[in-house]
Amino acid sequence: MSSIAATAGSSDHGHSAHGEDRLALLKAVPFWSTDHKVIGIQFLLTTILMLMVGGALALGVRWQLSFPWENMPILGALFANAGGQVSPEFYTMLFTMHATVMIFLVIIPVLAGAFGNFLIPLMIGADDMAFPILNALSYWIMWPAAFCFAASMVFNDGLGPNAGPAAGWTSYPALSAIPEAAPGSGWAQFWWLLGVTLVGVSSMMGSVNYMTTIINMRAPGLTLFRMPMTIWGMFITAILQAFALPVLTAAGFMLMADRVFGTCFFVPSGLVVNNAAPTVGGGQTLLWQHLFWFYSHPAVYIMVLPAMGMVSDMLSCMCRKPLFGYKPMVYSLAAIAGLGFIVWGHHMFISGMNPALGMTFMVSTIMIALPSAVKVFNWIGTIWGGRPVFNVVFLNCVAFISMFIVGGLSGIFMAAVPVDIYIHDTYFIVAHFHYVLFGATLFGVFGAIQFWYPKMFGRYMSEGWGKLHFFLSFAGFNGTFFPMHLLGVAGMPRRYADPYLYPYLEHLLPLNQFMTLSACVMGFAQFILIGNIILSWFFGKKAGRNPWNANGLEWTAPSPPGHGNFDIPPIVYRGPYEYSHPDRESDFWPQTEPPEAPKPVPQQDPEPAPA
Amino acid sequence: MKWFWCCFFTFWPILAVIVCLASPSLGWWFPGASASPLGERIDDLFYMILIISAITFIGTQAGLAYVLFRGAADTDKDPSHKAWFSHGSHELEVIWSVVPAFILLFIALYQMDVWAEYRVKDAFPQQKMRSVLERLGQERDEDSSLALAEVTARQFEWRIRYPGFDPETGDLLPLMPEPQATDLYAVNDLHLPSSSPVMINLKTMDVQHSFFLPELRIKQDAVPGLVIPIWLEANEQRTYQLLCAELCGWGHYKMKARFVAESEEDFLDYLHRLHEEQNYDRVENSEDVAAE
Repeated sequence: MSSIAATAGSSDHGHSAHGEDRLALLKAVPFWSTDHKVIGIQFLLTTILMLMVGGALALGVRWQLSFPWENMPILGALFANAGGQVSPEFYTMLFTMHATVMIFLVIIPVLAGAFGNFLIPLMIGADDMAFPILNALSYWIMWPAAFCFAASMVFNDGLGPNAGPAAGWTSYPALSAIPEAAPGSGWAQFWWLLGVTLVGVSSMMGSVNYMTTIINMRAPGLTLFRMPMTIWGMFITAILQAFALPVLTAAGFMLMADRVFGTCFFVPSGLVVNNAAPTVGGGQTLLWQHLFWFYSHPAVYIMVLPAMGMVSDMLSCMCRKPLFGYKPMVYSLAAIAGLGFIVWGHHMFISGMNPALGMTFMVSTIMIALPSAVKVFNWIGTIWGGRPVFNVVFLNCVAFISMFIVGGLSGIFMAAVPVDIYIHDTYFIVAHFHYVLFGATLFGVFGAIQFWYPKMFGRYMSEGWGKLHFFLSFAGFNGTFFPMHLLGVAGMPRRYADPYLYPYLEHLLPLNQFMTLSACVMGFAQFILIGNIILSWFFGKKAGRNPWNANGLEWTAPSPPGHGNFDIPPIVYRGPYEYSHPDRESDFWPQTEPPEAPKPVPQQDPEPAPA
Repeated sequence: MKWFWCCFFTFWPILAVIVCLASPSLGWWFPGASASPLGERIDDLFYMILIISAITFIGTQAGLAYVLFRGAADTDKDPSHKAWFSHGSHELEVIWSVVPAFILLFIALYQMDVWAEYRVKDAFPQQKMRSVLERLGQERDEDSSLALAEVTARQFEWRIRYPGFDPETGDLLPLMPEPQATDLYAVNDLHLPSSSPVMINLKTMDVQHSFFLPELRIKQDAVPGLVIPIWLEANEQRTYQLLCAELCGWGHYKMKARFVAESEEDFLDYLHRLHEEQNYDRVENSEDVAAE
């Protein structure tokens, strides 16, 4: 052990040479930096800020659904001349921007941007990304994007509360293509498209960087099948981004051209929108849906695969047990990504595309449940026979699994075309994707923040506040989104400013009020997370290099790692999941620790059943 | 504390199942039994998937609860005892890949018939549709459209075009693709014969909309530039709700309309009433006026 400590420093607890200034990375955050760790933390803090913005927009939506046409608190002042009510135009803006902010400025950047940046070089033993300047640009271009989105919210032929893109985050033409189609389809839609394009540029710079870094800069001995699942998740996500994103960017420019230069890619002839002159040209609106979903369905996996990877790593460490079925986990990630490219049509079952296509897409979509199921079984298998530590990291990971099961199963309903005829565009789909994107991904992210915080700032986050935050988030989340399944079955369409106009939906008002209450609990619970992050910078318990006794390469670097990451260049001898090896005294076996005995690592020994 | 969290993760799935079981009696479920034969088959498929996924949900959540309790108990017993050093099991992987694969494939293939009947034009019940049109006394030949009405969505209403009556014979004419001088129009009020399949053509004048009859479990997008045929069959003679299900602008929520399913005689009466209203020249009893 002593020789290992000398070479890798893995059992160095409590103090480290670089630990003098624990906030070194934080202090660099406001400035231009090409250090991947600083960029990762920049992304993390920005996305948490945006999470609160997106959450506030969601609460606006919830307010209108539970107290329709009542004066909105705080924001009602904007509508003083309308009596303080939310206008339907404002409502369409609220849900459009909620989705936009959450998808483009929170979920995608927090996974790929924040954790991808911070973890990839550390976990593969590199001193930085392959293209550090590109990396810094991918962060800073988020701000013009955020500016464009902000402009689109308030600016539409002048300032006003009734501005804002009104076509939903999917921006289906002709609503988004013809400026007369809606109050927000003028300049607001233009700014929105510009914002999406800039976010795309950011993602693209990240994705080429991640691919190059992971392929070329792994430490000696780190073969592909010794990579942690986090890196696999990031790698496959980067590939997805690189292949899918150009399609969205191209489609975005085509839509922009339709709006600005008068082309007609998406506009068929003869439409009379809002008494404007009939449109000319022979475009097809379904083309946008195909192009959009060709990106945005893989994007759904971009929004969950890295979280799956991180949860696999955290679970294995917190259960002190090797990951159950490492290779099936890798293959199922790849299968989800591969199948992810041929399922986009399931968003379009009732869109009027060829019904034979509907059948094909149904089969591929239902089959994508298979690799997802394999992953769930393997996660449960990882906990099975383990020695779980019930800390915040572990709880969030278990919540991830539990919520992902619901999100996966509800997906089967939507994938079955005949059933989708009825539940398409109802609250059932809203429940489904929130269970995947919030229930799975965000709980995974909450766990990841807690888990890698000591590496970022050299201190632990508070367990007590973390558990309170987890409890409130979990309860609030399920209280908000589980009833949405029932609303969907009851036939409540999504994106309605006032569903109670219809007699068959009137009795759902009390349930909606309960959901809004839960959403408030969930929303305000996030202040606990923010408080925990900020206070732990100064008052958290100090952490050493390897606070969780984990195996990964990142834990052999100082906390926080200095510029260049590793004081001793790491050499990798084994996979990242060798916990509780029976031949060893300690229950973990860092990847960098040289084998003691000449005999090879017993990977394939017959395994005893758990006692 | 760990026992609390074990119970926590066991408790919420139980609560979820209880809520689901209670929801039909609380009204948080389908808006009544399906009012069309196709809808009944959609509901049956829904319940089939619900049963399969409920079993899977309970099974996986129970498995998760078991491993949590087991792990918590094991850490209590002997803190020095290590976790099970296992990298997985090939047999288990094969089992839990192959079994779900067959179940999923079964679910997928089982859906095909209903989808084909609803959407593939060759599988429409064309013979029945034709006989309804003949019972209504429509002057048809082989190429006449099977559609009985054309629904055109627009911000934010539904415009309905019916074929009119032959000025000479007084018989119902077939629906033409282009508007005719004899056509009859209505807004937000779709009348169709009940108890047999009838077809309508769906169009939009401006942006995308979606034709949604929740009680009949029917939904179809209206796409700019396309004419999409849909068929429906209402079991009962009554009024149903018609909504828009695809975001179409700020007034998306208020594209409220009704669909009246009535007997064939009542439907013809309705068309005759529309015909009289539309051809009324506002000069009442012109002979009486002249006599005075």
